[in-house]
Formats: sequence, C-alpha cells, structure tokens
Amino acid sequence: MLIIKNIHASVDGKEILKGINLSIKPGELHAIMGRNGSGKSTLANIITGRDNFLVTKGSITYNGNNLLEMSIEDRALAGIFMSFQYPVSIPGVNNAYFLRAALNAKLKHQGKSEINASDFMRLIREKVKLVNLDESYLSRAVNDGFSGGEKKRNEILQMLTLEPELSILDETDSGLDIDALKTIAEGVNNFRTETRSFLAITHYQRLLEYMHPDYIHVLIDGKIVKSGDISLANQLEEKGYSWLEK
Amino acid sequence: MPNALAVAGLLFQYRANMKNNQSIIDSAISQEYEYGFTTDIDQEKIPPGLNEDVIKIISSKKQEPEWLLDWRLKAYKQWLKMDEPDWSKLNYDDIDFQAISYYAAPKQKEKLKSLDEVDPELLETYNKLGIPLEEQKLLSNVAVDAVFDSVSVTTTFKEELEKHGVIFCSFSEAVQKHPDIIKKYLGSVVPTTDNYFAALNSAVFSDGSFVYIPKNVRCPMELSTYFRINAAKTGQFERTLIVAEEGSHVSYLEGCTAPMRDENQLHAAVVELVAHKNAEIKYSTVQNWYPGNPKTGKGGIYNFVTKRGTCLGDNSKISWTQVETGSALTWKYPSCILKGNNSIGEFYSVALSNNFQQADTGTKMIHLGKNTKSTIISKGISAGKGQNTYRGGVKIMKNADNARNFSQCDSILIGENCGAHTFPYIDVRNPSAQMEHEASTSKIGEDQLFYCNQRGISTEDAVSLIVNGFCKDVFNELPMEFAVEAQKLMEVSLEGAVG
Repeated sequence: MLIIKNIHASVDGKEILKGINLSIKPGELHAIMGRNGSGKSTLANIITGRDNFLVTKGSITYNGNNLLEMSIEDRALAGIFMSFQYPVSIPGVNNAYFLRAALNAKLKHQGKSEINASDFMRLIREKVKLVNLDESYLSRAVNDGFSGGEKKRNEILQMLTLEPELSILDETDSGLDIDALKTIAEGVNNFRTETRSFLAITHYQRLLEYMHPDYIHVLIDGKIVKSGDISLANQLEEKGYSWLEK
Repeated sequence: MPNALAVAGLLFQYRANMKNNQSIIDSAISQEYEYGFTTDIDQEKIPPGLNEDVIKIISSKKQEPEWLLDWRLKAYKQWLKMDEPDWSKLNYDDIDFQAISYYAAPKQKEKLKSLDEVDPELLETYNKLGIPLEEQKLLSNVAVDAVFDSVSVTTTFKEELEKHGVIFCSFSEAVQKHPDIIKKYLGSVVPTTDNYFAALNSAVFSDGSFVYIPKNVRCPMELSTYFRINAAKTGQFERTLIVAEEGSHVSYLEGCTAPMRDENQLHAAVVELVAHKNAEIKYSTVQNWYPGNPKTGKGGIYNFVTKRGTCLGDNSKISWTQVETGSALTWKYPSCILKGNNSIGEFYSVALSNNFQQADTGTKMIHLGKNTKSTIISKGISAGKGQNTYRGGVKIMKNADNARNFSQCDSILIGENCGAHTFPYIDVRNPSAQMEHEASTSKIGEDQLFYCNQRGISTEDAVSLIVNGFCKDVFNELPMEFAVEAQKLMEVSLEGAVG
C-alpha cells in the first residue's frame, strides 16, 4: 500500500530525515517511536504533503502512484488521513458541517452522490457515541474551545466517518488521561480491518499496549535504527533510547 | 426558496448552481463579474456638468413642487462651499464633478399604467439579473422597486400593500402623491449640510424608494429595492426614505449591480430612516456594484453613501445589516441616532476588499435617550491588494443614562499584499455608560488550510468555509434565504484570493 524508499527531507535547509525506508501493507498497524526532534512528525508531514517540507531524495508510492506528486487534498481523497497532534480551530464553522463537507468531497471523488443533511446526521450520531463525545460537539465550531482530549476524540470521530485506508495517528496519545486513551484505542481497534492500515507516531508505548501494533520502528536522528514487534516497545520502556544510539 | 429569487435576484445564478455545488466555483472561474452587461435602450440623458440649470431641469422633469426645487438649490449652494472629505483611508484620483451626467432615464411613455407598458428590454434586464418584475412570476412575499439609472422603473405588489395601508413607491411618485410626508421627513435625519456627498445628493437626487408603514402595521412582506446603473458616464444619486409609525414593523432589502466600464462611476445615495415609538426597521443591503477590473484596478463604482436612522420614539429599534462585496471604493457609515428611551441600534457588517478594492466603512451610534443600547459587529475581509478600514463612532451624550454599547470588529487577511485598519472612536459623556469593545485581526492560517486540505477539501472551498465561518454572526442577521445568497456571493468574490 505505502512504500517509502530512502526518503531524505529537510526544513529550512536543515536535513531532518536521512534515508527512511518503510513499507506498510493493507491491514497492518505500524508504530514509529522516537524522541522529540527525531523526525517522527516530519515523516507524517511528508506523507500528507505539507508544503514547508522539502524532499531531497527518495520516493514514496501509494497504491502504485507517486505520492510526492499529488496535492494535499488528492492524497486525502486517495485515502490518507492524519489525526493531528495539534488540530487547529476554525471559528464559526460548524463541526458537523465541516465533516459533511469533507465526507462529500470524498464521495464526490469516488463518483458517488453526496450525502444529504439528515442521512449525515443519522450517521454521525452513531459515530459520536464511539468516541464518547457529547452530541453537542457537533454543533460547535470546529475544535473551537475544545480541550486537548476533546480535540483528539474529534480527530478520531473524523477518521471513523471518513473511513480512510491509511490513518496516520500523530501523537494521538499525548495529553490524554487513561480513560480517553482507552476510548481512542478502542475506537481504532474496532475500526481495524484487513484492508485498513495505520501508522501510529508516539513517544510512549502506553498507547501501543492497547493497540497491538504489528511492527515497531525506532526513529533516531532521521533514520529508522531498529524495527521489531511489540517486545521492542517494552525494551524501550525499560531501557530508553540511549542503547540504540551510536 | 422563492423569496430570495426576487429579493436577492442579483445572485440568481448561484442559486441555479447550488443544485450542483461544485459548479459554483467552476462558474466563478469563467466569469469575473457576471452583471457586467449593458442594456441597449433608448435613453434620455442630460449632458455632463453641474450647475443650477441642471438642477432645475431635473426638478422640472420630475414636475416637482416649488419648495423641493428650492430645497435642492439650497443644498447645491451649500455643496459649493464644502470640501470633499479627505479623512478616509481611501486613495483615489479627484472626481471631476463636471464630467458626470446627473440624469439618465430610459425613454418611456409619460405614465405607466401597467407592466405591459414597460419597455421589454428593461424587463429583460431585470430578468437577466434574476428579478422578475411581472407579478404573476413573483411567487414570493417580496415587493420590489426597480431603479434603473436615475428613475424607478416599476414597483410590484402595490395593491396588496395598499390594503394594509403600506405605501411603497418610487421617491418621485411619493413627492407627487404624498408631499406632506416627504416635506415633513426629507432631510430630517440627514440634513443637506451633513456632508459633502449628502449635499450633492440633495441637490441632484433623481429617484429612489419611499416606504411608509402606518401605525401598528406589520408590513406583510419584505420590501426590496434593486438599483442598477446602466448609462455610461452617469452618476446615480438615489434617495430612500422609510418612515415607520408607532408600533409598526418593516424589513427592507436593497441590492445593487452595474455594468463593467473602464471609467469610474459615482454613486452617492442618501438613506433616511425614521422609527417612531415601538417601531422597528430592519434594513439589509447586499452591495455588489462593479468592483473594477480585478487585474488592473481600472473602473468600478465609487460608492459614497450616507445612511442614517433615527430612533425617534421610545422602545424603537433600527437594525442595519450590510454585506459589501462590490465597488472600487466604499465610503459608508450606516448610523443610528438613539433618541427615544430604551431604543436600540444595531449594525452588522461584512465588508470584503479583494484585488484593488478599498473600503472605509463602519457606523456611528449616537446615544441620546436613557437605557439606549447599541450593538456593532463588523467583519472586514481583505484579499489581493484590497484595503479594508473599519471606522466607527460611539457617542454617549450627557442625558443618556445607563446606555450600553457592545462593539466587535474583526478583520481577516488573505495573502500578503492586503491591509486591515480599525479606527474606533468613543466619546462618553455620561458616567453610567457601559462600553465593551473587542477587536481582532487574523490571517487565514496555513494551518487551517492544511487541515481542510488534509480532509480532502479543496483550497477554494476551504477559504470560503473559513471566511463564511468568520462572517457567520452577520449572515445570521440577514433574512434567512438572503444569507444563503450572501455566502455564495462571498465565495465568488473571493475567487482566486488564494493562489
């Protein structure tokens, strides 16, 4: 599904990613772990197409297409979704309205007819329960005045509604209490199928305890220095990152 | 939504497109200003230039009584002594007032008995603009007065309104048929000496709309005037007067468009509102005059307008809502004089300056009565090289005990080459006053756009989503169906604002 080959990328002339190789197949959940500044979020931004990152070398293909040549929204429409670490607020724009606009953009892209307001509300009311958010959040402005935990739940709500093929969870666990963490992990787990893939980016193995990743990769200074299964996360928890550094 | 079809017919095309959401933007790409056509029609136009004779000609064409001619001439003499105001942030070349023709009218038979006698070319023009004037086609509850260049072409639903005692007609007709009311109120809110452009208007105004709502009548339908400038090198100087008697209620809408022309055209209107005890006037504007060439800035309407209402009686209320997306220049400060105790003044505004447009707009709230209350919500949007200025004054006079004002002025910037400016003036002379002022300026963030894009929403849709969210408080004040049209207008006016 997603094949990343020898990706080098820089921001403001500074090289952040120094040759990343990663391949994600349908149904897999990969976790990328690393310290602050190791390049985790940069990787997520490169995949989603954020403008201020420059890819200097390497390639990324997504379902056989050259991802790096696609616009941000084309990547999204092709099925790539990112749960943001810091979701922005959009004052005055109704949360449900925003989500319906996104869903309709996707349906239109797939050549399907748009969903009308009442069908959408029926759909979204079901989804809201899954992330344990009150329905009143639907009529509030997008992320406006939401707490950190509410924002993260709202991101997952969007994921459940848009049903992407590849979901990037950027530090989705940060700033969450244990209950919220469980709710979100459960939401993701129930959403997992043989065709849906995930790339979870995190500092801690906390989230991974609930999410059962197939692979764990450790990112240090722009390179994946070690890959393994869940036991690697446990080792990191015990020993930290320093034993992996040169 | 038949209402909007007639009311905001200026936006009719977007409605058709609404069925197919995607084509809104598509159609916007292929057209820059869709009301830019001209109507080829026999015209009666007096040569450019302004002097006492011109004013006499206008007055005699209108068969006006002596007192009105005197009133005009007095205003003209005052105007000659006045200087064009230069305190605004607007930059423009001097206006040559002698190069403008002050009267243009489609030639027609002396008196029109029915719509059948209106020139078909004119009816076609309004149909093109989405304003069918044939009453049988008006399914909706909206009466329309159509002003073409200097004269009112027709007013619909007159009979229906007459049943309720509501007078809605062209200003010229009102001068003939209701001279007492005109004489009583003309200039009572905006005196001829008020300002340069109001004085000019008083001297040369050609037509406009007149509304009279009798005591305790709730006007059974929305009233609407549609202004169209057609003739070249002609100014438009209309005058609107609305009088709401005790306990009455009226909602009035105006819309405006003009052809695309390379030269700037002057529009200098005056609007006067009078609300008696317990009366309420709601005045909404969607202004979409030709903004000039988006690439060169050439042409476009110079819009210098004086709008003011007096809350004369206790518990009266005047509410201004404006969506200003057109004109090369906008100079406009719809204001309220809160004379009656407990009276309320409101101003809700969205002003957009894209490309080379400049807007200097805001309001004045003058509190005279006790327990008077005013609310100001202003949303300025700047894009391209547009410059947007909010200029507002709140005055609490000595006897206005317990007056309250809330002002909120927000600006949003799209791109690097535009500007937003805010000038709030506050003058409080009574210690019991409560004033609140909030202001913000923000840029449409890369972050917001990225977030929308990442959800599969295109940049164009994202910009209009964000801007509409920004304007929501104001759009909420528009009559419902009008609000939908305003949103669409905003989308098209922002076309290309983000590269």
